[in-house]
Amino acid sequence: MAATLEPIVGRYFTLELGGRPHRLYFEEAGQGIPLVCLHTAGADGRQFRHLMTDAEITRHFRLLAFDMPWHGKSLPPEGWEREDYRLTTASYTEMIVAFCRALALDRPVVMGCSIGGRIVLNLAIEHAAMFRALIGLEAADYQAPWYDTQWLNRPDVHGGEVCAALVSGLIAPQSPATARNETLWMYKQGGPGVFKGDLYFYRVDGDLRGKVGAIDTGVCPLYLLTGEYDFSCTPDDTERTAGQIKGAEVTVMRGLGHFPMSENPARFRSYILPVLEKIRSSL
Amino acid sequence: MPGEFDDDRLANAFAEVPRLLAADPDLIRRGAFFDARFAVGIGAIPFDVTVAAGKIASFDRGPFLMRSWRFAVRGTAEAWGRLWQPVPDPGWHDLNALMKHGYASLEGDLQPLMANLQYLKDLLALPRRLHGEAR
Repeated sequence: MAATLEPIVGRYFTLELGGRPHRLYFEEAGQGIPLVCLHTAGADGRQFRHLMTDAEITRHFRLLAFDMPWHGKSLPPEGWEREDYRLTTASYTEMIVAFCRALALDRPVVMGCSIGGRIVLNLAIEHAAMFRALIGLEAADYQAPWYDTQWLNRPDVHGGEVCAALVSGLIAPQSPATARNETLWMYKQGGPGVFKGDLYFYRVDGDLRGKVGAIDTGVCPLYLLTGEYDFSCTPDDTERTAGQIKGAEVTVMRGLGHFPMSENPARFRSYILPVLEKIRSSL
Repeated sequence: MPGEFDDDRLANAFAEVPRLLAADPDLIRRGAFFDARFAVGIGAIPFDVTVAAGKIASFDRGPFLMRSWRFAVRGTAEAWGRLWQPVPDPGWHDLNALMKHGYASLEGDLQPLMANLQYLKDLLALPRRLHGEAR
C-alpha cells in the first residue's frame, strides 16, 4: 500500500543562542501568515501536529514549531554535560526572536502554550511591533506552584514517569484516551532535568506580575485561551492577567485542560479557528 | 443530595478498591515495582493498605491504635466524593488538584509515592468505576 504522506516537513539548522551554536529542529506545514507554535515545558513540537494537518488552518497559515534546545530532536549545546539546564525569560525571548529572524518570518503570529503562553506575554511587553498577533494558551503573569520540582530529576524516581504522572492531572477527563496518552508520551521522553529546567523560567525567573499592564494591544492584538480543567494556570489566573491588559481577549475553553492542542484536537479546533479567522480578517 | 459526601458512604466505596484492582490487570502490571504500606484517610475514617508488586496484600478499615505507615494520603469526604464522580468537575478531578485547593494532603516518606505516582493516582480513583456497575 502506498504511503499517505502527511503535509508536515521537518528540517534542522544551527542557531546561535547565548553566544553558542545550537542544532535546532523544527517542523512546518501550510502557507500564508507565519504562525510560530511554542510547545509546553518538558515536551516538544509534536504537540501541534494536529493543527499542522488541518487544511482549514494550513490554507491560510504557515505553521512552524521548533523543538526548544534540549527538547525533542533539538540537541543541547556542546558542553551540556557540565551544566544544569535552566530556561530564563531572557534566553527564551532571545530564542523566539532569533528563530523568527533566522527564517525571515514577516510579522509572524506566535502562539505558545503554558511556558509558551507566559513568554508570549513577555513578547507583547518587549517586542510587540515584531508580531502580527500573539496567542497565549494557558497563559498568566504568574500562577501558584503546586508541587516541589525537586522530584523531577533524582535517581530514585524515574524522571519521565513522574513528569508525565504530575501533568496527567492537568488533562481534562473528557479528553480522548489516545490523545491523552500521546500527550503524556512526550513527557516520558524528556531528557533528565529538562522539564525542571523549563520550570525555572515558569516558577522563578518569569514572574510577570506588575509588568503586563505595559502591553499595548493596539500595537499587537493579544488572545488568551485557557482550559477550564487547568488547575496549574487556572481560568482565574488568565482572567486576572487579562484584567490588567486593555484589549486582551479571553476565552475559557470548556472540557479542556492544560494541553488543548494535543489532548483534544477536535475540541480545541472549535476554539482556535475563530481566533485565527479574526487575525486573518483584520489584515 | 443529602449524605452524598458522607464519610461512611465514601469509605464503603473505597473499601471496594481491592476488588476493583483485582479486576484491572493493566493497573497491577503498572505497579509491578511498587511495594509499600500506606495510610488513606477518607474524611475521618482511616485505612491501612499494603501493596506488594502492585497487588493488595492487606487492606484494613480503622479505627486503629498506633499503626505504622510509610506515607499517608488524606482527603475530605467531599474531595473523594467529587473525585469519584463519573466526570469530575474542574479542580476536583485529580489528586494534585485537590491538594492545591487544600482538600487533600500527603505526609511521610513520599519517595515511593512519587516513584509510582500514576499507579497511586489511578488506584485511588478506582471507586469512580462503581458508577458504571449495577448497584
